[in-house]
Amino acid sequence: MAEVIIQNITKTYEKGTVKALDNVSFSVKSGELFGLIGADGAGKSTLFRILTTLLIADSGTATVAGFDVVKEFNEIRKIVGYMPGKFSLYQDLSIEENLNFFATVFGTTVEENYELIREIYVQIEPFKKRLAGQLSGGMKQKLALCCALIHEPKVLFLDEPTTGVDPVSRKEFWEMLERLKERGITIIVSTPYMDEAKLCDRIALIQNSKILDIDTLEGILSKNKQNLFAVSSDKMYQLLKDLRAYPDTISCFAFGQKHHLQLKTNENSLNNLMPYLEQKGHSNIAIKAVSPDIEDTFIKLMQDA
Amino acid sequence: MLSQETVIKTHNLTKTFGDFIAVNAITFEVKAGEIFGFLGANGAGKTTAMRILCGLLSPTSGEASVAGYDVYKENESIKKHIGYMSQKFSLFENLTVKENIEFFGGIYGLSRKEIKEKGNDLIHRLGMEKEAEKLVGSLPLGWKQKISFSTAILHQPKIVFLDEPTGGVDPITRRQFWDMIYEATDSGITVFVTTHYMDEAEYCNRVSIMVDGTISALDTPNNLKHQFETDSMEGVFLKLARQAKRGE
Repeated sequence: MAEVIIQNITKTYEKGTVKALDNVSFSVKSGELFGLIGADGAGKSTLFRILTTLLIADSGTATVAGFDVVKEFNEIRKIVGYMPGKFSLYQDLSIEENLNFFATVFGTTVEENYELIREIYVQIEPFKKRLAGQLSGGMKQKLALCCALIHEPKVLFLDEPTTGVDPVSRKEFWEMLERLKERGITIIVSTPYMDEAKLCDRIALIQNSKILDIDTLEGILSKNKQNLFAVSSDKMYQLLKDLRAYPDTISCFAFGQKHHLQLKTNENSLNNLMPYLEQKGHSNIAIKAVSPDIEDTFIKLMQDA
Repeated sequence: MLSQETVIKTHNLTKTFGDFIAVNAITFEVKAGEIFGFLGANGAGKTTAMRILCGLLSPTSGEASVAGYDVYKENESIKKHIGYMSQKFSLFENLTVKENIEFFGGIYGLSRKEIKEKGNDLIHRLGMEKEAEKLVGSLPLGWKQKISFSTAILHQPKIVFLDEPTGGVDPITRRQFWDMIYEATDSGITVFVTTHYMDEAEYCNRVSIMVDGTISALDTPNNLKHQFETDSMEGVFLKLARQAKRGE
């Protein structure tokens, strides 16, 4: 069953001159961990605000747990948890006071739903008297997640919870989400980090107000038929420039230790590459066929759009 | 171009806040023309160290010089000879592209004539002739990043500090940004950069990783991978950052 259904949602700002969402449609199944992946400014936060009933779309409809986001906004507010991208708790209340406040607003108590937040809360509990405004980034993030969970929501919306967070803390955060998912909570999470796609059941790639593709990660990758090679040499920056100047190159981008080179599929495009690079003065050249990953695919979809 | 000239030099650099040792006796050097990656988990002490090196914060003990100037006595001179860009703040959203360039050019001490020449050249190079009179707030993030980096090096500083410059940008813009970094180093500017993207750590000449206030590792990406017996910088980072004892 679909827990969240979005149909032809369009939203503009500045009297219609800035398009934030352009005819966006997709649905999220009950119990799914769904990732909305795209850069800042793609439209992710706007979609979250519409689904959490904080913003009204220009056109289109959406439902959350069967309730219409416009007509039944009151019902939705009772059953969703929302963690905005910008820290939005009360800075002049302590950890404990913030949590109690949110529990009370939703007509419950911290004790009643403690089990749900226990694992996260124990990490910040030693500082429960500290004002939220004085917490570090990671602790704020944990408190915000606790506050979003304290009324045991059916659907959890997390807007860029891992932006600016180091790789170790990001890993821990996703492990927490995995366990919340096991409790049956539907989770929609947005992120600019492409590598987090592999942690989601399904993902939507979003860029410039439009959905580029929606599927499982494997499904999205399997559609990408790029003729792709990982290339390296002793002079990586020069190599990037030389690869881009190669006549059979479609595109070439740096990918960590290697450059990813997309070649035209004509017969000699690969055969001529090694002699070309040698003639350009490169040494220790390595060329290897690779399957496209999520960033290759996102880049390709951006260029096709 | 790598040379033997040293642009940053620290020796036992330490900063404490009360009984908390944010930066604990770090010693390292950055050579002219180098791309130096400054990595570490949240709370490891990166920001504090960077603020000292930018002349914004005085250390508790130890020594450090940046662009030849002492961090204790000559911090005002440091500010004039470095560029700085962060993702959080770098441009005024309610000024136009041109006004931002004029403002930062002025801050960095360029003459009106220089600002005009370099500013026009910059707008032309970025292909932003049409956007020059637009408010920065109305531009896509990727463009802001480019303008922001370009204004940070408008005065041709010896070194530019980049604090998570690519956070939240799309994969193409992220790579275009690194193209700009390479171009800058080609023109002799030293780049000191923090990032949470481990593929970007691979683009640095050398990388340091801070854990609990100290520098736990410092070498080329290849040597680090070899040393920690892993095939990626992410592997190196995870091995080191997991040893961290202190929370954020």
